[in-house]
Amino acid sequence: MRKMNLAKCLTGIAVLLVAPLVLTAQQGESHIGKLTGNAGTGKQLYFRYCWGCHGFRGDGNGENWLPTGNYPNGPNLNIQPRNFVAATFKCRSTPTGTLPTDEDVYNSLGRGLTNSNMPSWITLTNQNRADLVAFIKTLSERWKTEKAGAEINVPAEPAPTVQSIQHGKELFTKLECWKCHGPEGRGDGPSASTLTDSNDQPIRPYNFAGGSRFKCGTTNHDLYKIFMTGLDGTPMPSFADVIKPEDAWDLVHYLRTLQVSRKSPELALWEGTKEGAEIVKAQKVRGTPTGSGVNQ
Amino acid sequence: MRGKYKQVLLLAVVVVVSASMLTSARPSGGSVSGKITYEGTPAKQKPIDMSKEPSCAKQYTTPPTTETVVTGPNNALENVVVYISAGAPDEAAPGKAAVFTQKGCRYLPHVLAFQVNQELNVMNDDQTSHNIHPLAKINREWNKSQPPGSPPIVDKYDKAEMIPVKCNIHPWMHGTFAVLKNSHYAISGEDGSFTLPNLPPGKYTVTAFHESYGDQSQEVTISGSESKTVSFTFKAKPY
Repeated sequence: MRKMNLAKCLTGIAVLLVAPLVLTAQQGESHIGKLTGNAGTGKQLYFRYCWGCHGFRGDGNGENWLPTGNYPNGPNLNIQPRNFVAATFKCRSTPTGTLPTDEDVYNSLGRGLTNSNMPSWITLTNQNRADLVAFIKTLSERWKTEKAGAEINVPAEPAPTVQSIQHGKELFTKLECWKCHGPEGRGDGPSASTLTDSNDQPIRPYNFAGGSRFKCGTTNHDLYKIFMTGLDGTPMPSFADVIKPEDAWDLVHYLRTLQVSRKSPELALWEGTKEGAEIVKAQKVRGTPTGSGVNQ
Repeated sequence: MRGKYKQVLLLAVVVVVSASMLTSARPSGGSVSGKITYEGTPAKQKPIDMSKEPSCAKQYTTPPTTETVVTGPNNALENVVVYISAGAPDEAAPGKAAVFTQKGCRYLPHVLAFQVNQELNVMNDDQTSHNIHPLAKINREWNKSQPPGSPPIVDKYDKAEMIPVKCNIHPWMHGTFAVLKNSHYAISGEDGSFTLPNLPPGKYTVTAFHESYGDQSQEVTISGSESKTVSFTFKAKPY
């Protein structure tokens, strides 16, 4: 009887001692599929690879970055490195205004952010990138009080058709995507030159004609998420309340046809129609920044 | 005759007494009122070129001007949020929604004050798409598209903050959300005046916030149902 009590007592003490450790351990972790990232390891990696740009405190004020117009020896970085203290992230699968999932941040590290100075960190192991995610999450109070947003629902993609491309084209006009991205998706709309990000730094809308990779991925699925969630911290808003899921795929299919220098099933379909062929030809004659795909 | 006078006198006394009892029975309501002014030369407000948005431009015979500093006669400063920043308890949000309307590619009102957790409705009365981008730093930063004919965007903020609001599509559109902890607030009118009514006796910090000139605070003590006058003067910058 006495032994039992003693055992219970000891277990109780053990639980009391261990409980806070377990809690802190959970706060310093990230979970991506089967990977569990550790913030302690992530911290060492951060102060080896990341802090030069993202700063000692993670506030995006590393010594490699200077605001536009303050370049003594030519431009260093054009877009301010992510401020992990504010924890506003561009690439998310969660609604605008919410925290991204661990996987979202992990994917951004592996992919890099096109048209910025954030490289792809695919050279690090998967485990190391998961560790970095865990450490990044310790840099903002937000991760302690908020959970990641609920991932938006992306329905299965229907096969592209001429009708879906045409409907997507109508949406592009109706939703006024062209105000920033330009009538041909070249990033030259009437508002393009006035855009600034949330740090008051000039920012350019995406030029579809000039590239194949988007800020947050390369696939149709990524493209769907980009305009539905918006790129927080930039002028790109969320269209989740405005576009029905089935309409969203039509817009994706149309946006692919604006990438005139990149082969895609959507572009092939579009060029197969009289209307599409004329539009694509006119675009190609104007040329693309890379000069590729111009058939003269 | 004399009896009748007595009756009238008695009635008058009763009326006066009961009236005074009624007032004293009400929750003691002191108030703070005053005037917001500027000194110096405020930045000249420029006419807005809306030619890139014809559906808005055609709503004006003379182009509207920017609203970073709005002034009235006798150096009055409009659009200043005056609120009790300390001394008053936090209050639950009222049931009524605060409404922010986009009309003619401008924000109506230019400065919208509401309480923490109060429902916010953003309306688009225009024939063009807007994106509503409140640049919150303490609260969550979101950015939503709102094409013509869309239902209102409904949201709320759970922390007090002065949030600049902008539309990226129409770069001249700027406004402010003043998210406050209690219902004791006012926005200065055309004559720069404001009143914070129904303040119980106590010691308060009154703060005045202007989007271009920042904020100022003053201490005020209210005893009984007295009305105190507090005025603020902002230094105007010509740029």
